[in-house]
Amino acid sequence: MTDFRAEHRAIDWASGEIGARIRRRNRAQLRLRLVGMAAIGFAFAMLATLVGSLLWTGTRAFRQTHVAIEVHYDAGILNPDNLQRGNYRAILGATMQALFPDLPDSALRKATAILSNGAQFMVRDRIVADPALLGQRISLRVPVSDPYDQLHKGLIDRETPEEFRRLKDDEIALWDRLEAAGAVSAPLNWGLITNADSRFPELAGLRGALMGSFWALLTCFVLSFPIGIGAAIYLEEFAPKNRTSDFIEVNINNLAAVPSVVFGLLGLAVFLNWLGLPRSAPFVGGMVLALMTLPTIIIATRAALKAVPPSIREAALGLGASRQQVVFHHVLPLAMPGILTGTIIGLAQALGETAPLLLIGMNAFVTAAPGSPFDPSTALPTQIFIWADSPERGFVSRTSAAILVLLMFLVAMNALAIYLRNRFERKW
Amino acid sequence: MNRAAAPVTPAVLATVKIQARGVQVFYGAAHALKDVSIDILDRTVTAFIGPSGCGKSTFLRCLNRMNDTIEIARVEGTILLDGQDIHDSGVDPVQLRARVGMVFQKPNPFPKSIYDNVAYGPRIHGLARNKAELDAVVERSLRRAALWNEVKDRLASPGTGLSGGQQQRLCIARAVATSPEVLLMDEPCSALDPIATAQVEELIDELRSQFSVVIVTHSMQQAARVSQKTAFFHLGHLVEYGDTEQIFTIPRDPRTESYISGKIG
Repeated sequence: MTDFRAEHRAIDWASGEIGARIRRRNRAQLRLRLVGMAAIGFAFAMLATLVGSLLWTGTRAFRQTHVAIEVHYDAGILNPDNLQRGNYRAILGATMQALFPDLPDSALRKATAILSNGAQFMVRDRIVADPALLGQRISLRVPVSDPYDQLHKGLIDRETPEEFRRLKDDEIALWDRLEAAGAVSAPLNWGLITNADSRFPELAGLRGALMGSFWALLTCFVLSFPIGIGAAIYLEEFAPKNRTSDFIEVNINNLAAVPSVVFGLLGLAVFLNWLGLPRSAPFVGGMVLALMTLPTIIIATRAALKAVPPSIREAALGLGASRQQVVFHHVLPLAMPGILTGTIIGLAQALGETAPLLLIGMNAFVTAAPGSPFDPSTALPTQIFIWADSPERGFVSRTSAAILVLLMFLVAMNALAIYLRNRFERKW
Repeated sequence: MNRAAAPVTPAVLATVKIQARGVQVFYGAAHALKDVSIDILDRTVTAFIGPSGCGKSTFLRCLNRMNDTIEIARVEGTILLDGQDIHDSGVDPVQLRARVGMVFQKPNPFPKSIYDNVAYGPRIHGLARNKAELDAVVERSLRRAALWNEVKDRLASPGTGLSGGQQQRLCIARAVATSPEVLLMDEPCSALDPIATAQVEELIDELRSQFSVVIVTHSMQQAARVSQKTAFFHLGHLVEYGDTEQIFTIPRDPRTESYISGKIG
């Protein structure tokens, strides 16, 4: 006893040595905080740059330059018995001639090129829907072709020497006359959502890609959600813990890390070559995505099941509930928020996945939105891939716009995951 | 198994509810319970006492086969409930747990309403034919657990919102709702304050009129207060079993005496 007391040394907490130690400790802590804040600042700056540049180029695609024209459904050109196959090019030529009466015939072709290639079909569709229009004049607003859209948005520099410029001086002069006449407008580009893909950027839209992604994700969810939860429940609640279940667990974790292109190859080999399923179909895309999403859902579900306190299981077992009743009455409802969060995050990953879809041909050029999961189609990420690869200037801003749409869906899905987690989380 | 060594006579069955003979429990390689034989009486409170890790909770969990749910646990020996071997292939462990109810150390109400907590057992066993019967069972159980007056106006509010003592009484109500014949309680008061403890102890004494109650406790005062029979476990052995008064006043085994006088444990 006395020995301990002798060894007890009085510490002078006010001494300079200890003060210096405390200051050093506080400085180290401050440095760590600053480094952490710098890291977060850097990450946010990068994110802001990415989103900012996408917005900068992408917002241009949210408006599309249109020109108002007066169309005369000339009974001399159109055959009332076959309105579907009329010479609508000639009708547009006549329209442009009326707009520019002073132009010689040779320059008229240039004037017609101001209008989108799709204008003739819009003119046709109007009268097919209402044959009474034959012989009448109506005013119509049609999209302009890509170069004039770029010109109107200020993306073609008039100062560039004529030989390097996309539009020559006389074409620009024609455009300026249209603009001076007040025929030009740039309304919101609903075509970006309502049109399917097209060779012409002014007509290209995301409808096919959105529908394709919708069908693929639906297939993916319907397949992976029940299978994933079933597998997780079995592994977590019923499977004996032995070498086999360890082996399965390791392999599921490995599957989650397999590069997506490998799943694409698997889909190509098994679903397309062996089972003979249709190419480019969202259903097959969904099957491949389901394979990728399964490990994510299984791991998230197992974690959620594990997080349910054992006391709840014991309470139910002690009342004479069977294992199955314990799982379905108590454990699963409590684990549901976690399971849903994991599933939505897995689906959000699947939504952005490109490589496996490329391998099963979902990067095809399809100009009609799929009516069923078995029709050929693209998906959002593959549509971005196709557009980014296209040479026309108009696709540059459309690519960014498509990325913005994709990001919007991802943010919405993650927000839903957070909402569900907060809404249904239970305390015990 | 060794039913020959444990002759069961109808005369004994009238008062003996559970008869255990040569019960051994292994957790993997660890021998947790060594050759325990005991007769637990009907309509009696039996206390299991002993130092931590002595096997008293392990033995309690044998009585409703809760050890079956632990993968590495292995139980040997014979346990008869009303003369029937509970390990018999004809006995469904799930059914058994409805007959031998259990209350745990930590109050563990389901994160559901108070009503649903109590109604859960009767629902899964089909003990009530309609809503009115179920309502009656819930009320009766809550009254038995001395909780009715406190919660009758908020049966729909979550059971997890109650205080610790109320939660434990809710768990007792939940356990008695299935009309078990035996009620096992694993340190039911260890998470409760003295007032709540007193309420639960009072409750145990009342439950004795209908059930055979087995309670594991760390508190010797509690064992002395609530039980008529006491079993002392030490290092996996059942050292001594007898009337509570005898165990606490004239223990036969020196180990019991040292534990009761505070020398071991």
